[in-house]
Amino acid sequence: MPLPADILPAAAVSARRGGNRGDRLYHAALQLLGGAVLAVAGLVLLELADVAAPAARRLGLGFLWRNDWDPVSGAFGALPFVYGTLVTSAVAIALALPVSVGLALFLSEMGPRRLRPVVSFAIEVLAAIPSVVYGLWGLFVLVPVLRDWVQPALARALGFLPLFQGPPIGLGYLAAGVILAVMILPTVTSVTIEVLRTVPASLREASLALGATRWEAIRMAVLPFGRAGIVGAALLGLGRALGETMAVTMVIGNSPEIHASLFAPGYSLPAVIANEFAEATGEVHLGALAALGLVLFGITVLLNGAARLLVAAVARGSARSAR
Amino acid sequence: MKKSLIAALAMALALPAAAQTLINGAGATFPYPLYSKWFAEYNKLQPDLRFNYQSIGSGGGIQQITNGTVDFGATDAPMNAEETARLPGALHIPTVLGAVVAIHNTPVEGLKLTPALLADIFLGKVVRWDDPAIAKVNAGLKLPATAITVAHRSDGSGTTYIFTDYLAKVSPAWKEKVGAGKSVKWPVGLGGKGNEGVTGLVKQTPGAIGYVELAYANQNKLSMAALQNRDGVFVSPSLEATSAAAAGVPMPADFKVSLTDPSGKTAWPIASFTYLLVKKDQTDPRKGEALVRFLWWAVHDGQKLAAPLDYAPLPPAVVAQVEKAIRTITVQGKPVGLAAAR
Repeated sequence: MPLPADILPAAAVSARRGGNRGDRLYHAALQLLGGAVLAVAGLVLLELADVAAPAARRLGLGFLWRNDWDPVSGAFGALPFVYGTLVTSAVAIALALPVSVGLALFLSEMGPRRLRPVVSFAIEVLAAIPSVVYGLWGLFVLVPVLRDWVQPALARALGFLPLFQGPPIGLGYLAAGVILAVMILPTVTSVTIEVLRTVPASLREASLALGATRWEAIRMAVLPFGRAGIVGAALLGLGRALGETMAVTMVIGNSPEIHASLFAPGYSLPAVIANEFAEATGEVHLGALAALGLVLFGITVLLNGAARLLVAAVARGSARSAR
Repeated sequence: MKKSLIAALAMALALPAAAQTLINGAGATFPYPLYSKWFAEYNKLQPDLRFNYQSIGSGGGIQQITNGTVDFGATDAPMNAEETARLPGALHIPTVLGAVVAIHNTPVEGLKLTPALLADIFLGKVVRWDDPAIAKVNAGLKLPATAITVAHRSDGSGTTYIFTDYLAKVSPAWKEKVGAGKSVKWPVGLGGKGNEGVTGLVKQTPGAIGYVELAYANQNKLSMAALQNRDGVFVSPSLEATSAAAAGVPMPADFKVSLTDPSGKTAWPIASFTYLLVKKDQTDPRKGEALVRFLWWAVHDGQKLAAPLDYAPLPPAVVAQVEKAIRTITVQGKPVGLAAAR
């Protein structure tokens, strides 16, 4: 989660220069701890690269865009997993973001004061549920509902889109996306609430004083001010969705293929690693799985980089519009 | 004062270690319930001997005994050439048999399948339950007019290895297109993690077919299909039929043999041994001897504990052969004196 760097308290900054011995010791200790984080990340990368090396030698760069996964004949490609990871995460964000922002607005702007702690407690409980429980719920409750009700309805209404074609089997990209949406909802909502709390009351009051309705005040004053933070919240949720393993593997269908339809079964990067790592046969298979780990690592780094740029850009934009 | 305290502490720590022998093992998850039962029962007979078994999977078991971090390993599939090359002095001791069965979610009672049909279903060639080919072997049964959804294991597993090994033996098309392995490229179907994942998929999807271990299917009362064996007889899965499979295959001295598609009128065709892996020459005298005596107990008295836990015991002919193998284990070059064969 990218945080604006300029909110560091001034005292912490000044401790860096000179100061007394205690400060310097403290500073050195913190530096060590900070460095340890980098060292751990570096070690993870090195170790992954080491395990992945046999696969890299055998498969080359083509591994990244090959659409094949056959452990028996030793043909491995990352594409179906990358596709599944991105598609399910995109579905999750598309479903979770509007609900989260609505919930956050309700809790911080509109809802009755007494209801707020109850709803925010419920959201925190959602965050505390283990992912395997989400997976079981998905398999036994969500999948039948999707198969018998949601998917036939979607196919009738929007069946002309390739996204909603094919037999409704329940398991697949859509089920995984919906589960992920529920799982990232608490994160996105609570961060959005915090963001909305930073909106100065004077902004709301000013727009109300100018004759705006509640909704207009939210739309024209509150949301533009919080835009950067909301984008950050969405990306934080996306980060969680990309890495989620257990719940996804239980409902995605675990089939390494690429389909345009959200109804079709697919596979994701963390799911295949968790599934096949323990019993991988041969160092190329093991290496290919480690390489998938590197790919996931790469996607996360790219995403975080993009998030920082995006938040900065949006922050500039909202500062301008708030002026 | 301080010295005596340290001495007392050292004695307290050293005493149980001296009195007890701890034998470490790791490997297959499939026989874990039986092995824990064995260790508990054997501990009653030999209170100064304890076992610690980590069910981390066959691959992990082979790796750990190769690295020497455990005293024995456990695996469902025999070691392949690459693994044997890394650990040449290891014996495969079969302990019990397991079977893989086809479970289905249809209202059909007493569903029968031929090997060719099973392969064609998992190849995606037969896609409906009312297919004429299925109707032909199930004359008199009402087959539902639903599509077949295939469910398979998504995690690498010995169960998948046994199942695909069988399909590769009975179907040339399967052998050429998919092959046998702990993880394979499935032509069709959905993947579930573990026996419970596959069962969940099958139970949740009308018209689904999947494969799980017999023990798991028995304990969860799943509907299983009868399968035509090599002798042309339709057999329902059972522990007896599984044990019969081991009698229908010529047994090599190292027990590294695939039991799928055996001959024998009563044999269930998708069966396999599960093995303990031990080094032929044990270096630790205390542990080595204890381990050999335990193995001897496991293939004799231990077999009686297998059936109640849904594992198929070794047939007598195999036990006699395993006895010979256990006698070849030496401790620091010397054989262990064992009771005469019963």
